[in-house]
Amino acid sequence: MTTPVLEARDVTMRFGGLTAVRSVDFTVNAGEIVGLIGPNGAGKTTFFNCLTGLYVPTEGTVSYKGTVLPPKPHLVTQAGIARTFQNIRLFANMTVLENVLVGRHTRTKEGLWSALLRGPGFKKAERASEERAMELLEFIGLAHKRDHLARNLPYGEQRKLEIARAMASEPGLLLLDEPTAGMNPQETRATEELVFAIRDRGIAVLLIEHDMRFVFNLSDRVAVLVQGEKLVEGTSDVVQADERVIAAYLGEPFEGDPGEAEAAEVEAAEAAAEAPSTTSSTKGEAK
Amino acid sequence: MTETTKTPAPDAVPTPTPAPRGLLPLPTAAARALLLAGGIATAASAYLAWTWTAEFPGDLTFNGYPGGLQWLTFTAGLLTALFALASYGVRGLGWLLPARNNAPLVLTALGGFTVTWFTVIAISAQLGGVVNLEPGGWIAAVASLLPVLGAFALPQERTGTDGTKETLKAYVAKPDRIPAAQATAPWIQRAVITVVTIIGLGVFTYGIDTEYGELFIGYLFVVTFAMWALHTAGLMDRFSALVAANRSFTLAMGFAAAIAFPFTQTDDHYANIGVNILIFGTVALGLNIVVGLAGLLDLGYVAFLGVGAYTAALVSGSEFSTISGVHLPFWASALAGAAASLVFGVLIGAPTLRLRGDYLAIVTLGFGEIFRIAVNNMDGDSGPDVTNGPNGIANIPDLNFFGFNFGQAHDIGGFTLGRFANYYLLMVLIMAIVVLVYTRAADSRIGRSWIAIREDETAATAMGINGFRVKLVAFALGASLAGLAGTVSAHVTYSVVPTPYQFAGSTPPNSAFLLAAVVLGGMGTVAGPLLGAALLYLLPEKLVFLQDKSLLAFGIALILLMRFRPEGIIANRRRQLEFHETGQLDVPKQTTLTDEPAVTKAGA
Repeated sequence: MTTPVLEARDVTMRFGGLTAVRSVDFTVNAGEIVGLIGPNGAGKTTFFNCLTGLYVPTEGTVSYKGTVLPPKPHLVTQAGIARTFQNIRLFANMTVLENVLVGRHTRTKEGLWSALLRGPGFKKAERASEERAMELLEFIGLAHKRDHLARNLPYGEQRKLEIARAMASEPGLLLLDEPTAGMNPQETRATEELVFAIRDRGIAVLLIEHDMRFVFNLSDRVAVLVQGEKLVEGTSDVVQADERVIAAYLGEPFEGDPGEAEAAEVEAAEAAAEAPSTTSSTKGEAK
Repeated sequence: MTETTKTPAPDAVPTPTPAPRGLLPLPTAAARALLLAGGIATAASAYLAWTWTAEFPGDLTFNGYPGGLQWLTFTAGLLTALFALASYGVRGLGWLLPARNNAPLVLTALGGFTVTWFTVIAISAQLGGVVNLEPGGWIAAVASLLPVLGAFALPQERTGTDGTKETLKAYVAKPDRIPAAQATAPWIQRAVITVVTIIGLGVFTYGIDTEYGELFIGYLFVVTFAMWALHTAGLMDRFSALVAANRSFTLAMGFAAAIAFPFTQTDDHYANIGVNILIFGTVALGLNIVVGLAGLLDLGYVAFLGVGAYTAALVSGSEFSTISGVHLPFWASALAGAAASLVFGVLIGAPTLRLRGDYLAIVTLGFGEIFRIAVNNMDGDSGPDVTNGPNGIANIPDLNFFGFNFGQAHDIGGFTLGRFANYYLLMVLIMAIVVLVYTRAADSRIGRSWIAIREDETAATAMGINGFRVKLVAFALGASLAGLAGTVSAHVTYSVVPTPYQFAGSTPPNSAFLLAAVVLGGMGTVAGPLLGAALLYLLPEKLVFLQDKSLLAFGIALILLMRFRPEGIIANRRRQLEFHETGQLDVPKQTTLTDEPAVTKAGA
């Protein structure tokens, strides 16, 4: 339980003057399900993109099982971190089976020459890949739709297929970006069970989610990201009881609120604007 | 086309009645009889003299023997009569109309009407007035109108409920469901494929051998309407099912037909057209890997053909070559050409493939032009003397395989194979290699990663695909296949000059034509680019009178095609579903996914 699968140290991401993620330290241990929550625009997806190499963090490092990951998405996947996307990004015009086979890319190595020559090794590898892919489709319950185009699947099944595709790369850690977005309660329940089943296969799971019940049911630990900073981290009970979390979601002011200074500034500016408004009101109307 | 749509329009009676009926008020039995009689009459009218002078090409002055365009009228009339008989339920013809729909009847009737009226109008226009028509011409015009009237009198479910446009559409619509074919023995399936291949070879050969533009236009009319009719009858679907079940047999038959082509030709000129189509088609197939599979828009692709051609010319032993002492055997120069193109592909690809979409297109366009201008300038004056500048490398000697001189005519089994026929057969071999490379690469780990990159590059890299590397492989493979074709083209044309290797011109090959061949034929398929290449080569070759307006004509044709059939003439299964939402039988009923691609793209 204590071996860290993922270790993010001091990760900071700046876009010009905007700091989307500010020195976040974060670990996921083997066999854990960790939830990452936060209000909209808190930097959750940005943090995910830093972890998976889609963004190069301005500062800090991400390591997987002790080795520092290079910030290249395909190398991160090869190392053993697979992900899904907030808005489904399947290969819409490929079949269900082909989608999963693409996920096998890093775990196979047949290049152009072996594809052209079609030796016994190629056939064996293709067959093995297909078996593995079919096994995953059985696991998520889409085996009967193997030859459908991904675009023709209903929404919930597309979400599942994206998970299967990610699992095909045999990851040690699976990052799920809002896996239940747009799902009805039954589908959410099914996803919950699916995540547990994935964990039982020895894959650690880190998930971003807005459905609080889903997150707190599922996660061993929950981290809260607010305005790019990690506010709290702990078990469901700890996080749920934390005043600052409630405040962050509901917008109540609290001591040390990073937004407090700005709020004060805005107020001051508004007050300042109020004073000369009587003289400039005609101008404003003319606009 | 305009004449065909005009005919039924005035007769459209907007009185809605619940029972299905035709546009023209005729009893169904009479309509059918009119179709059959009209079809036979059209075919028979081809045996009359249509005009008095042999000035109109094809000599349509004989009674009792059809010539030129009359043959096309005859064929169309015969097809109409056959479909009409099948609609009567005549024994042994049921397979022609598996869905028992009327659209094939309408379309074959229209085909006969179009080609006949085109001929009659062409005669009048060319010889100066309708006075040049013999009575036979008038009879043919009337006879070909009869089946059209009959066809539009046939009952149609939706007549009267919608506007005229919708009704006309319904007349030529393909039914949603075609009854599945009965299971047949494998040998019957193969026999069917063989027969279809032979007919296909015949039709294709006829098209290449057309001697004048009018005949080629008429040929295009008949072939288009006949194919459309077969499509709406559901026979195309059935044939694709047969092909899918006997894939390797079909491939073998296809190559047998390709090899048989020069043996059907008496004039080496047509073998020349054949070899040029093959070169053009091979390069288009190479481009299809880059554009169709990996989704990289390459606008300078013809440069790789040029690299191959120049490499082969330099090592061919021509006295104009700057290294004229070198004379490699063909296998070595082919490899050298492919390798040189590969190197250029990697050199150009490595910096440019980091770009996406439009940027890549612009940069490849630039590199294509750089190649042509550089070759033009490497004449010893403005640059190193490598390519002789605009004069190019001339007098490239013919190939010689173990004493088999490609430059001479050979007699094989009673057939004379001329110079171009020899090269044609060599090109068939190279085409076979390219088709093999294409199909094998497409159906493999690397092919899947190309398609994944095309579909969604971000998701593909997140799945562990090294986007840059697989794109470079696609680019380099496409380049080396083009280079391979270039080595043959250098020998076929005797000399290599820079002018054909430009972005756009009125004759193939050039980058714009290559891309058009791929898009027109159908991206991501094998047969599509070959068909597209054949069409795009034959059109400027046959329609000489278009001359400098041919580019305008192609532009219009391409726009029309993109409007009405964006997936190309031969649709890839994927593409077809991409452009037309339905198509898969077991698509879930409520499609929440119709706007899904837009959402995914917005998130990119």
